[in-house]
Amino acid sequence: MNAVAKHMKNRNILVPILATIIALVFGAIIMLIAGYNPVIAYQSLLNKVFGSAYDIGEVIRAIIPLLLSGFAVALANKAGLLNIGVDGQITIGAVASLLVGTLVDFPPIIHGFTALTVGVIAGGLWGVLIAYLKTRFTINEVISSIMLNYVALYLSHMLIRGIVPQEGSQRSALIQDSASISLNSLSELLNGARVHWGLFITPLIIFGFYYFFNKTRYGYETEVVGLNNHAAHYAGIKVNRIITRTMFISGAIGGLIGVFDTLGVYKYMAISTSTSGVGFDGVAIALLGGNTTIGTTLSGVLIGVLKYGSQGMQFGAGVPSEIIGMIISLIIFFVAAPGLVKKLLPNMEHTKKEVQ
Amino acid sequence: MEVLANVINGSIVFAVALALGALGGMLSERAGVINLGVEGFMISGAFFGAIGAHYAETLNLGGLSPWIGLMTAFIFTGLFSFLYVMATLKFKADHVISGVVINLLSANATFFLVKLLFDGAADTPRISNMFRRINIPLLSDIPFLGIAFFRSYPTTYLALAIIVIGSYILFKTPIGLRVRGTGENPGSVDTAGINVYKIKFWSVMLSGSLSALGGATIVLTSNGNFSFNTIAGQGYIAIAAVILGRWKPYGVMWGALLFGFAQAIKDQIQIFPSFDAIPTEVFYLLPYVITLIALILTGSKSKAPKALGTHYDSSVK
Amino acid sequence: MKRVEKVLELKNISKKFGEFYANKNINLEIGRGQIHALLGENGAGKSTLMSTVFGLHQPDGGEIYVYERQIKIENPNHAIKLGIGMVHQHFKLVEDFTVTENIILGMEPKIGHRINMKSATKEVKDLSEKYGLKVDPNSKVENLAVGVQQKVEILKALYRGANILIFDEPTAVLTPDEIGELLDIMKTLVAEGKSIVLITHKLNEIMSVADKCTVIRRGEYIKTVDIKDTDENELAQLMVGKTISKQLDKNPFNPADKILEINHLHLVSKSGRKILDDVSLTVHGGEVLGIAGVDGNGQSELVESIVNMIETNTGEIKIKGQSTKGKSIRDIFESGVSYVPADRHKHGLVLDKNISENLILIEYYKKQYNDGLNLKKMLIRDEGKQKMQAFDIRAESEATIVRGMSGGNQQKVILAREISRNPELLIIVQPTRGLDIGAINFIHNQIIRLRDQGVAILLVSFELEELLSLSDRINIIFDGKIIGQVDPNNTNDTELGLMMAGKGV
Repeated sequence: MNAVAKHMKNRNILVPILATIIALVFGAIIMLIAGYNPVIAYQSLLNKVFGSAYDIGEVIRAIIPLLLSGFAVALANKAGLLNIGVDGQITIGAVASLLVGTLVDFPPIIHGFTALTVGVIAGGLWGVLIAYLKTRFTINEVISSIMLNYVALYLSHMLIRGIVPQEGSQRSALIQDSASISLNSLSELLNGARVHWGLFITPLIIFGFYYFFNKTRYGYETEVVGLNNHAAHYAGIKVNRIITRTMFISGAIGGLIGVFDTLGVYKYMAISTSTSGVGFDGVAIALLGGNTTIGTTLSGVLIGVLKYGSQGMQFGAGVPSEIIGMIISLIIFFVAAPGLVKKLLPNMEHTKKEVQ
Repeated sequence: MEVLANVINGSIVFAVALALGALGGMLSERAGVINLGVEGFMISGAFFGAIGAHYAETLNLGGLSPWIGLMTAFIFTGLFSFLYVMATLKFKADHVISGVVINLLSANATFFLVKLLFDGAADTPRISNMFRRINIPLLSDIPFLGIAFFRSYPTTYLALAIIVIGSYILFKTPIGLRVRGTGENPGSVDTAGINVYKIKFWSVMLSGSLSALGGATIVLTSNGNFSFNTIAGQGYIAIAAVILGRWKPYGVMWGALLFGFAQAIKDQIQIFPSFDAIPTEVFYLLPYVITLIALILTGSKSKAPKALGTHYDSSVK
Repeated sequence: MKRVEKVLELKNISKKFGEFYANKNINLEIGRGQIHALLGENGAGKSTLMSTVFGLHQPDGGEIYVYERQIKIENPNHAIKLGIGMVHQHFKLVEDFTVTENIILGMEPKIGHRINMKSATKEVKDLSEKYGLKVDPNSKVENLAVGVQQKVEILKALYRGANILIFDEPTAVLTPDEIGELLDIMKTLVAEGKSIVLITHKLNEIMSVADKCTVIRRGEYIKTVDIKDTDENELAQLMVGKTISKQLDKNPFNPADKILEINHLHLVSKSGRKILDDVSLTVHGGEVLGIAGVDGNGQSELVESIVNMIETNTGEIKIKGQSTKGKSIRDIFESGVSYVPADRHKHGLVLDKNISENLILIEYYKKQYNDGLNLKKMLIRDEGKQKMQAFDIRAESEATIVRGMSGGNQQKVILAREISRNPELLIIVQPTRGLDIGAINFIHNQIIRLRDQGVAILLVSFELEELLSLSDRINIIFDGKIIGQVDPNNTNDTELGLMMAGKGV
């Protein structure tokens, strides 16, 4: 996956911006063809996002997992790995924190903190498993990720049903109040929007990502491995160790997403037929953001706003919310195949030269 | 014994959709294009299968409707296959990311169309003319074997035919040799004077349509309509079946049967008292774990086509 | 008389890559039933010329005649139709296929829709018997030895009706036994009426099989000679030309302690070929030991085993008297070794990082460059600026991304990094490949300066001129073996050329 990392590094910043604009225009054209008014649709999207205190709180709640997932993927990308196993890491983090949150008796905050830490470590170890399969058995991380996502899903079902079931429903028992990481007073202020510790931890992670890659020797060696693992080997860097370490951190961030959902948002874990898909959104966000701190942050916010606002489109303009999903996939499509954007905009070669 | 026969029969029903989806995935990977878009192609197939059959019914085509659904799925999924071909071949996008895009796009586009076509409904209207099981005369009356193998949907026999014919084409004909060569070493195929691009193009196009048949099968035999959870991860299971089946049609079939068996057995599990102690999830889990173990055992000697996921540039010799 | 019939003729063929002439006005005449050798050093333009003949690219000037008819060869397919077959140096085989499947690919015999595997297998068998190419048509290529795989490549060309066969460095990957067998096969082929172009730089092969030999040097046609009228000395001289071996100004040779000592190093490839064969050598402080040899004779493996990038089978390597067994690459660097690898882009640099970041590639982890967590960015930048000055690295600033820089400046970045680490042993491979004269002089002077300071230097190069002007001693490596040692002040191009081509003197 070195090619991906390189591709992102050399990419023109214009491409993601143009890709977003073109995709939104495409979306508008589809809406017109389908007989909807795109202006009203986009307006109601924005209204939904900024309409009320509750919505602002909830949109933040919706953005947090997307941001974290984007950074989990971006981190792995920096080391030349494509982590499409974030979904599995989320599941493992969630179920681990659920178990600690329900089974253990600790005082508030300490309980939440313990459950959070266990969830994060569990997610990290799930990531290490992918690294181990890659370094020890040369199994491509994409393939093992797909398998491990399902293993994680059914493992979580087993643990929920076997240890913390809620009889008569397709979900786990509730966590103890002491394990909650909700910000209750802020939540009241926002009319019940489900805000949690993630409000503070997520910016820390983003800053940590920036700091790691822009300041530290560890970030430096990680990038060297991702950009040219032959040179890294020549320079005496232990490539396999970096891969393992990176997958631990990436998995831990994935685990954190699951922790927030379980301890901060829902207070239980559902037995769902599939994993959340947030991990795949993360692939899109990291790609769109070019693995940079600012880019990944912006694209995480963008995707989050579009996704959350899409409910408003349905409500306000009658446009099926899936149109936003289509727009998001088109954005990634254009970013992944930049040649296509150039085809669509014949003048771009020219513009590009001026910018550079 | 009757129970076991039912389990086997059930396995086959589940397995057929997986096998068709996996055959599609196998074909494009044989030509060197990683296919993570199987899920998307299956979703597309399920959708077009459902609306094809539905509109055929409204035109009073009766028993022909599911066949029309199947054809609609096969033909119209070409739209998504074409996008995938463009991204991976013409614009040389990363195969894995293109696959993820196809899955996202196809899910959202089809759900969007369902709402658009059926006044905001979350699923397509139920089809009354679904495929019916065919009892093969005489054979279906054989005890055990009859129930297990000879009372199946026409799609089952179709899938079997595709496996037999597909294996023949892949391993016995010139075109099969060229497709396999393209996935292993496009440079060798190119210097033999064969157009690598063309081979990849048509392999991926057909790949999407084959996977689509798998998606359509689910709608036209068991579900009866298309909704957001008609295809929930089967595409990824199909990819596992490709790996487990070592990129061979018959292997893929056994892989799909194993996954189908795991699904069927949890439906029948209550009948086996001795299995009570085992959580049903174990049966879900097992196929993935087996696939991983298979990968560990084969390790770097995996039978994946050697040039899988690479972009071939004929100007670099 | 068939002997005089020309099957292939090139007139004034030129091929330019950018401003650089890979081939300039080259003439070549291949007679029917002849083996015609094409001799030249690495990069002399042999492969470019033959790629033109095979239709892989179009010449910028000149004419090609096949069977005395002027023809523009559009692509490999066209070349095949004209009866030209190429046995590539890197085989174009599908490893997962059987021998027969590989041979018939693209021209499959059929019954109905299916491949007629029976008749295909028979045809392959007949062909292989006719030309003495012993292979089992039904075995998988991945299970075959390299020499046998090469026979499959030859059969592939014959199956397609090739009458003119181009062999591109065919013996480079073969064991001595296999080489003998291949040369016999070639003789059989011409006896059956085929014509052969043999690209090589091994003189003994030419002397034993070829009828004629055309020598090219630096892209230019030098001479065509009849083998019966020449000898190895003449060929070697034609190949390397008159090099002006000027010794650079340097202190008198005054070797100090042994720094590097290698004893009986062996390395065998997976396919059983000996890559390093009982290599022993020593390098003293204040000495440049040159390793001469044609590319692919074990040089890169030798160097990579010294720094423990690869593991050897048996043998011992000592640096300053200490065995390197079990040491990490980092340990070895810390013991005073610097290493300038042959491949700048693959190993030496991280092309997408900037100059100052590349300058700390080996030592970023040391206290000198970080406080345990954070890199000392200011210091790294300042050092980058200094080294750019000291090593004459020309770029906008120390924050310039290395990818866009010229080869010479890229090489200077590596050199700056490795020399600044104050090594006691400097391993330097192909230090001036593809560089302009200014950069070459600069790098040569740096090497001499280090030698004069007492550093032990192991210089691996394919350029005779470079070896002669820099080295205090030269060891010649051939087929993984050190086959001799010469004193650069007491040798000449002919002697070296002969030895590099495998002829001990």
